[in-house]
Amino acid sequence: MQTLKSSPPSGDRGMQALTNRSKILERKPMTFLESIYLWNILKGMMITFSHIFKKQPTIHYPEQTRPFSPVFRGLHVLNRDEEGRERCTACGLCAVACPAEAITMEAAERLPGEENLYREEKYAARYEINMLRCIFCGLCEEACPKDAIYLSETFTPASFTRESFIYGKKDLLIPDPVTKPAEFAAAKGIKN
Amino acid sequence: MTTLLAIDWALFTEKLILIVIIVFASLGIALYMTYGERKVAGILQDRPGPNRAGPFGIFQPFADGLKLIMKEEIIPNTSNKALFVLGPGLAMTAALMTCAVVPWGDHLEIFGRKVALQIADINVGILYVFAVVSVGVYGIMIGGWASNNKFSLLAALRGASQAISYELAMGLSLIAVLMTTGTLQLGEIVKQQMAPGHLWNIAYQPLAFIIFLVCAFAECNRTPFDLPEAESELNQGYHQEYSSMKLGFYLFSEYINMFISSAIMSTLFFGGYDVPFLNESLLSPNVAALVGIIALMAKIVFFIFLFMWVRWTVPRFRYDQLMNLGWKKLVPLALANMLITGAVILLWFNK
Repeated sequence: MQTLKSSPPSGDRGMQALTNRSKILERKPMTFLESIYLWNILKGMMITFSHIFKKQPTIHYPEQTRPFSPVFRGLHVLNRDEEGRERCTACGLCAVACPAEAITMEAAERLPGEENLYREEKYAARYEINMLRCIFCGLCEEACPKDAIYLSETFTPASFTRESFIYGKKDLLIPDPVTKPAEFAAAKGIKN
Repeated sequence: MTTLLAIDWALFTEKLILIVIIVFASLGIALYMTYGERKVAGILQDRPGPNRAGPFGIFQPFADGLKLIMKEEIIPNTSNKALFVLGPGLAMTAALMTCAVVPWGDHLEIFGRKVALQIADINVGILYVFAVVSVGVYGIMIGGWASNNKFSLLAALRGASQAISYELAMGLSLIAVLMTTGTLQLGEIVKQQMAPGHLWNIAYQPLAFIIFLVCAFAECNRTPFDLPEAESELNQGYHQEYSSMKLGFYLFSEYINMFISSAIMSTLFFGGYDVPFLNESLLSPNVAALVGIIALMAKIVFFIFLFMWVRWTVPRFRYDQLMNLGWKKLVPLALANMLITGAVILLWFNK
């Protein structure tokens, strides 16, 4: 351990540096070798030259992607149950929970004969999330009593128009596990 | 009278073909130098550089060129329009004119005819280079002045005074070299260096080479002396008001200048198209010429890499530091070098 006394004084206020990382700036006149620049330029060039052999940290984006943590909060997914029925009952709790007011929906009543499509008696006829407003906090996911909305591990792709960032049901719904098992597996990220 | 008017048509076509090849080769090399610059910058900064257009991004320069051509051509209202257009043209012409005297190789033998790989081996070769390089300053000056913009004018003034200051030291450093070679003819200078028992001029005049190199950086407006286009203080420098291909011409002429000064440095100090430890006279002339061209190109590529390497290492000089270095260090040093060389020649090699 370094004793505090041995460390150099820093300023009039007597403030003591907590670490020994700070360097004292020396303002000595240039030595002869420094004053002809060339030697130091050569030293600098050796440093930049050594960077040719360094590993590049670049992630070549469309081909490579940065690995996300399993708890990453990305694009929303509207879930279905095992029989392929939409879980959402259009209660509106997600919209209420949303601090960015990104979610809107319109509810509709399930008609006789639609029991294979919607799990509850009420369902969301329209369900929209504005991805430009969304802050990906995940509160909708927490608020949902029906496990209907989840945040996935993908993020919103870039686009040229504002309208295309308003995601409707067709963008959000997960593929039907009964009729389209392959797409469902792909959406879940399950690898064969 | 008849002999005066007789035109050697074979020589005429031969030179014309050579001129076309060299001009287009210079343009092509400058095109790929922009790619090389970005690639070198990337690699020195631990990133890949352009790699999207084609494999390893090798079509990037064409994409850049296309972009420049497609851009809107803007001529400012308050500018001097004729001079505004003349500026980039002059910069480009001056840059391309220099390659006339560089010996690109020995000679080819086609159908029993000796074809020299040099457009004009004039006896004032190096003086011609200096003259044309000085004209290149007018491109910057006229462009900056005609833009009618404070930044452009400031940059043009800086550029002109910088070029003139460093031309002086450059010329003085060369006098020492010319004292040892005894000729201004570039072809002759290369032949002397190729002669058996004679080393490259760098061995006799290392100090002159260092001064010449530093001045070449300043003449080409390259970092650390890129004050005329100092992005952080003058926005874009003298080509601020330029757009589209006129801007492209300015950027391009800078790269051509770099290419030519690399060629001149190789020729004057590094034996031109000479391959060390190889006796070219043993090879057939065509093979020797080809080997020579490749050797010269390798030297040029090294110097171009040096230009880029320094650019991505060293920060820009301050203007007073630039003038200090030019007038108070390089000029006296070049003068001293000249004096010592003269004394040595007088005392030891006095014939």
